[in-house]
Order: sequence, then C-alpha cells, then structure tokens
Amino acid sequence: MSKILIRGAKVLGGAPQDVLIDGGTIAEVGEDLSAEGAQVVEADGKVLLPGLVDLHTHLREPGREDSETVLTGTRAAASGGYTAVFAMANTFPVADTAGVVEQVWRLGQEHGYCDVQPIGAVTVGLEGKKLAELGAMHESAAGVTVFSDDGKCVDDAVIMRRALEYVKAFGGVVAQHAQEPRLTEGAQMNEGVVSAELGLGGWPAVAEESIIARDVLLADHVGSRVHICHLSTAGSVEIVRWAKSRGIQVTAEVTPHHLLLTDELVRTYNPVYKVNPPLRTERDVLALREALADGTIDIVATDHAPHPHEDKDCEWAAAAMGMVGLETALSVVQETMVDTGLLDWAGVADRMSFKPARIGQATGHGRPVSAGEPANLTLVDTEYRGQVDPAGFASRSRNTPYQGRELPGRVTHTWLRGKATLVDGKLT
Amino acid sequence: MQRHLISAADLTRDDAVHILDTAEEMARVADRPIKKLPTLRGRTIVNLFFEDSTRTRISFEAAEKRLSADVINFSAKGSSVSKGESLKDTAQTLEAMGVDAVVIRHGASGAPYRLANSGWIDAAVINAGDGTHQHPTQALLDAFTMRRRLIGRDAGLGQDLSGKRITVVGDVLHSRVARSNVDLLHTLGAEVTLVAPPTLVPVGVDSWPCAVSYDLDSTLPKSDAVMMLRVQRERMNAAFFPTEREYSRRYGLDGDRMARLPEHAIVMHPGPMVRGMEITAEVADSDRCTAVEQVANGVSIRMAVLYLLLGGNEPAVTHSRTEEK
Amino acid sequence: MDKNITPAHPQASDARPVLEGPDIARVLTRIAHEIVERAKGADDVVLLGIPTRGVFLAQRLAAKLEQITDRGVPVGSLDITMYRDDLRMHPPRALARTEIPGDGIDGRLVVLVDDVLFSGRTIRAALDALNDIGRPRAVQLAVLVDRGHRELPIRADYVGKNLPTSLRETVKVQLAEEDGRDTVLLGAKPAAQ
Repeated sequence: MSKILIRGAKVLGGAPQDVLIDGGTIAEVGEDLSAEGAQVVEADGKVLLPGLVDLHTHLREPGREDSETVLTGTRAAASGGYTAVFAMANTFPVADTAGVVEQVWRLGQEHGYCDVQPIGAVTVGLEGKKLAELGAMHESAAGVTVFSDDGKCVDDAVIMRRALEYVKAFGGVVAQHAQEPRLTEGAQMNEGVVSAELGLGGWPAVAEESIIARDVLLADHVGSRVHICHLSTAGSVEIVRWAKSRGIQVTAEVTPHHLLLTDELVRTYNPVYKVNPPLRTERDVLALREALADGTIDIVATDHAPHPHEDKDCEWAAAAMGMVGLETALSVVQETMVDTGLLDWAGVADRMSFKPARIGQATGHGRPVSAGEPANLTLVDTEYRGQVDPAGFASRSRNTPYQGRELPGRVTHTWLRGKATLVDGKLT
Repeated sequence: MQRHLISAADLTRDDAVHILDTAEEMARVADRPIKKLPTLRGRTIVNLFFEDSTRTRISFEAAEKRLSADVINFSAKGSSVSKGESLKDTAQTLEAMGVDAVVIRHGASGAPYRLANSGWIDAAVINAGDGTHQHPTQALLDAFTMRRRLIGRDAGLGQDLSGKRITVVGDVLHSRVARSNVDLLHTLGAEVTLVAPPTLVPVGVDSWPCAVSYDLDSTLPKSDAVMMLRVQRERMNAAFFPTEREYSRRYGLDGDRMARLPEHAIVMHPGPMVRGMEITAEVADSDRCTAVEQVANGVSIRMAVLYLLLGGNEPAVTHSRTEEK
Repeated sequence: MDKNITPAHPQASDARPVLEGPDIARVLTRIAHEIVERAKGADDVVLLGIPTRGVFLAQRLAAKLEQITDRGVPVGSLDITMYRDDLRMHPPRALARTEIPGDGIDGRLVVLVDDVLFSGRTIRAALDALNDIGRPRAVQLAVLVDRGHRELPIRADYVGKNLPTSLRETVKVQLAEEDGRDTVLLGAKPAAQ
C-alpha cells in the first residue's frame, strides 16, 4: 500500500487533480501524475477533502459499551470521513484523571480507524464543584488540550473563571456546554410555540445565551480562550458575533442537526428528535447557517451521542437525549450549506477539518492537501443522493433523526496517514 | 383515519358536535331503570393509569360498563411499572391479553400519542390525560356542559358554541385541561380568554387561538362561562406567585366576583377544587357552579367517545391534524 | 326496513310506486282499527316508532287511534342502534332519539311501529332495547310493508301491505314528514352494488 494515486479528484472542490500518496504522506499534487507503482483510485470528479476532525464525539467507552465503543465509534467516524475525533469526558468512570484519558487514547491507537483525542473533564465527576487534575491530563500520554464537562454546564462562575485561567498555563481550552441549570429544570424541548402546545417542559434559548454571555465576558476578563459547544440559538450567534468583534478569544461549534432540524419535529413525540440542546426554530436554523457561513461559528461538530434502542423506544420524557451523527454529518452539511450556496467545499474543509484541528491542537490533522502533508484525506461523492439507512451504520447505535430522509453526498474513501480506513464505502 | 383520541385538536367541528350529540343520547340512558347498553359486549378495554386519578378512572369505568365492555383496571402503582418496566412492555403485555382499547393516563406529555403511533400495539388509544399536554374527554365534557347550560339540551343538538365567551382562569402553564379546552372551544366557535398571572401562562401562548388577560375583574362581565382551574399549592414554592393569599385575591373566584358575571353565566371547575384557593365555598356550592354536573356529563361523553371509536368496525370520528407525516 | 341491507336510494327512473299517499292513509286507518279491536279499546296501548320513519308512522297511528277512541294514546320512539347485531360490520351510526312516554311501558301493550319488515333483525334489536326499558304486558308489531325474506322467527301483528319481493329489489318508503311526499317505491338494486 505504499503508493496510492487518487486520480481526477476535485481537491477542496477545485479543478480535478491527481494526488499521490506515498506512505503516510502526500507526495505530490498535480495533473497527470504517473501511476507507476501505485494503486490507483479513480476519483472521477469526486471531491477530496482533508480528513474531517470532530471536536465533539461521545464514544461511550468506558462504561456504556452497550451504546458505543472506541472501536465502533471510530469505525463510524471513518465511515463519515473523519480521521480524528475528540472523545467527550462523560464516560463511566468520568474522564477526569490521567488514567481514564490514557485508556481511551490507547484504545483509539490500537484500533487504528481514526485518531482519538480524549477530552478531559473540567471538574471532578462533572459535578461542577472541584477542578479535575487538568495539568495531569495534559501531561499524560493522551496530551489533553480540550476540557469540557459536556452534558453538564460549568455553571458556577468562579469554577468557570478558574478553569479558564488555569488551562492557560499549557495552552488548553475549556469547551462549555452552555446551559443555565435552574432555567432548564425539567426541560424537554425548546421553549416556544411548540412546547406550549405539546405541554413539554421548555428549554429556553436564554438558558444557553446567558451562559455564553457570561463566559465570553469571563474569557475577556481573564484573557483566556473559550470554546462554545453546540451553539443552537440565533441569540447565541449574536453574542458570539459581538464577542468576536470585541476581540474576545471565543470559538463556537454547531451540530449538523441544528443546521437542519427544527422543534416542529417534536410534534411526533418521537424521542429520536430529543437532543440537548434541543432542536430550535427555523429562525434559529437559518441564523446558525448564516453564522457558520460568515465564520461567526467556527466549526461543525457532531455531538455524536449514541444510545441503545431501548433508551429511545419509549415515551419522550423517559428517553435519553442525543443523536448519532458521525456518519451523516458531511451529508447534512452538504444539504444545508453547500447545496444552498452558503459554503463551497473549501469552506467545508475549513469548518470541518482545518479549524476544529486548530482549536483542538490535533497535530497532523486539518492540514492542506499538498505535498509533504500527512495523508489524512476523505473522498466524497457529492453527486450521490440517497436515503439514510441506519441498518448500514458502523456505529453500535441507530438513534439517527434522518432515517429514511434523502440526503446528498457519500464518503467513499477515507485515509488515515495513508492507510485506507474506508474504501468504496466499506470499512477496511 | 383516526382510530384514537389523543388531542382535542384532532377533532373537527363536525366530529365534536357529533360526539356531543351522541353524548346527549347516552345521557338519557342514565335516566332508565337499566343503565346499560349491549353495544360493546365482548370488547375489552384496559384503563391504564400511570398517575392516580380516581375520578377520571371511575368515570371511564362507568362509561365502559354501561356499554357492556369488559374492563381491566391497571394501576401503575405497585405494579411492574414501578419496578422499571417500560410503557411499551406494559402495553404489549396488555395487548397480548386481547385488549381492544387502552384508556391511558400518564404523567409524561405525549405518552398516549407515542403509544398510538409507535407501532407497539394495535389497540385504539384514548387519552385520559397526559402530563401537561391534553385531556380531550375533559374538554368534551366541558363543552357538553356549556352547550346544555347556555343553549339547552334539545336546542343544543347539532349546535356548536359559536359566539360564546369562555374565560379560563388559573394555572394554564401546567394545565392539560386548559390546552384541550382552548383547542376544542375554538373549533366549536367559542371565544376563549385565558386569565392567569403571567408566570402561569406558557411562553408561546401567542400562537394559541385565544386571548390572554392578566385581569380577572375586567374579563368576568364579558363571560358566558368561567372555568376555574385548580392551582396546586406547591407552585407557590417554585415562585410562580408569592403567596396563596395574594393568588386568591387576584385570581380566585369569590361571591363578589361571581356577581360581576352576567346573569346567565355559569361557573365551571374540572375538579378537584381547592376551596379557598381558586374558588370560595360560596361559589363552589352555588347553583351557578356546574362542577357536579360536569362529573355526570363526563360519563355520557366517555360513553359517546367509546361508542364512536369502538362501536363499529372502524371509528366514526375521522379527521386528524396531528397524524404522523 | 333493514337499513344495512338496502342501499341508499333506488334510481328514481327504475323505481315504481306500489303505494301512493291515499293508500298509505287508508292502510294506517285500517291498522288503527285493528289495534283497537285486538287490544279491546286500546286503553293501555303505547306506540313506539322505530326511527326514522317508524316514528312518523307511530305518530300518524296515534292520531287515528285518538279519532277512533277519543282518547290520547301515548306515543314515543325507540332507537335500536346500540342493540344492532351488525354494529361490527360498519362504522358507528349516529344515534336517534329514544323517547319513552311519561308513564313508561311497564304493564302496557307496546305496539312497535316500523316502515318495512324485512329480515326481522331490527325488531329483534327493538325487543332487546325494550327489555332494558321496562316490562310491557305484551309487545305487538305494526309495519307499513312486509316484504318477506325473514331471517329470524318474527312476524308482524299488523301489516299495511304484504309485498312479495326479490332480494334484488329495494323497497323505499317516503313520508311527507321526512321526504316531502307519501309513497312506497319498489325498485331494482343498482348494479354497482
């Protein structure tokens, strides 16, 4: 497998070119490259992107191997075109010590489908009370740089301030799950017209926005950078836009599902649409798309949240929150951003590879497709349209909101440092 | 074709009037020496109550028995449900016993909808109150009571409530009764005004087909019926209002306030009443208060619904606005 | 007639009248006299019409009985919908009114009145319904038309007209109160059915 020639690929959506991989590195990019000694992959007009990087994945291992493992999750990632994922800390036990993050990191290394970069918990047990040993996690083999209590908000302003300050010592970043807990007690869905009608407890936009506002001000005050997880409201966009205009070091992510789906779907009471933060309104969706296009929102992150069937096959209130997303993310982004003309493929590469790698400091990922760079690549058949069939997912869980929905685009090949992890849509 | 009754919003005007007319005939059965009809003989109905509600359960049970159905009462308390068995498993267990219809009361909004639309069971599902979502038979019995009192038993047949001004007062936010009534009364042509402290009105209420007021006194003289909702004392602890006394003073119905109502207007309450909170004993016990009548009407309405959903080979109540897409 | 078997309306073109307005008046007068005769003065008679047209016939009979006996005769209606044996074969029907005269039916002679006697299933249901309302001294049956084809051991005590029919035919009674005119039409069942 030493040499691979990808022939006629639209690199970042540009004019067709050949890309030669030699070992783990891109050897040459150009026209009519020699195929000598190389295995040829006919790209035939498909789009070649740098391997995607997901800053927000739940791999569930250790503790909830019934819903996902590092192996199944990284296979799902490779299927979706990812070469690196950041594994959230809300496992059992919580990834709040060097031991747990190293375990997750090693599992990723062993399986080899995708680089796994563990995220460390900000506070012990995600309880929001006492800082976890952030430095120890950073110094561990896993080299943690991103810290998050995702699933829970670091709601105590003092703890948040301290965390923001503390990680500056080693260039870390705190990724905040912005959810004011008192305002979201009993929350089941976005608070608004639909929740009023359905009688489901409301999750008001202000519960997200108030925390984001506080945290950008805190970041400004202590001179730290802060990352906002799964930003979901038009108001949050306004706050981040304002903060960036003030030069505050804030980055933000949006999930594919918040770019496509609205709370109208909750009318079915089908818990496959139950997610945190909740699906918002069409106005929010449009604001998020616009913000992703203009760079106010920096990246797309999946918040891939696998759950076993029984946790979704029940009444709404009893159901778990979350959706799987790794294997549909690129299709949803094509549907909502590319096919709508808001982003070109270079923009997609930026939002789904370059920038997430930069925010998470994922060495070797999110690099340009050019000679000398690591051969982390993904090839996308952008002409494809087809219905989402969860039965074909590599993820152990099937809780996708897109079942039966027609979406564009299909990842056909993924290479991790020159090694094919996905060939013709099949995992290696 | 809608086989279930999940939400008052699913009923068209004609469906609703048909149910009210049918209930009027069912009510006459109560005047007979033998208060029983053979209509649902051989049909099995389970009353699946995940929440305590003796009065609703008994009302359904009376209706089912008057129609000769076989009745199974299943209370989630002390059952396998409290040991973690899911709604799905419980429903499938019951269906395996040959149940034709499930009357379900559940604390989670949407549980009846889920039961009806998830493919778990084939039985018809009748919502007997779900969380803070809907309680359609309550809305129907309320409309039935209004039509009888404001138009007349016979004069009301075939009629809706066009032009009637209905005021609903109290904890709208947590009330499935309010939601169901707004939907149904609007469908029936009535003008609904919700009156509550702003804390007890849901965000998003502006999309409802009704008016909202924070001032009870100015609304009462323009009301043909005023419906007092129960206000649970524990809401006070969650800061929805400062004190019970202040709530009563601003939103409770006492004799003085009742006197502001037009001569013909009635006072309704879905029960159970919290006397001294939203309603004084003087009002509750007055001739204008229909609370007891509503209980009796509940049986007639539930008989009508059961007959129309289960009496034939397919339901007579048709349209649905919330069917799965 | 059994509403479940007879389709909606026979085509006006192929339906021919077998009884006209004056005939109907005449047979009702005859039935009224027969009731008085057999009930020995008809002083405990209660007439119960089966909706829809049986009710109008019962009211007309009551008027005639009053002319004959100079006494008011209690008249009411008996809806048999909830007692039908074919409920499971159709969507639920709208209910009609059951109106039992004030003094009830206990110990009285109840004369059930219907427009057409056919399978007998309607009358079977009516007898069940009566059972839940009270205990009459006796129950008799008056019909405007008996078209035969009984499926149950039931016969009428008073018949306006015996009308031998084929199962491929329909019998439609029209009464002024409901249809604007009095007539009994015999027609062919539409081929589509």
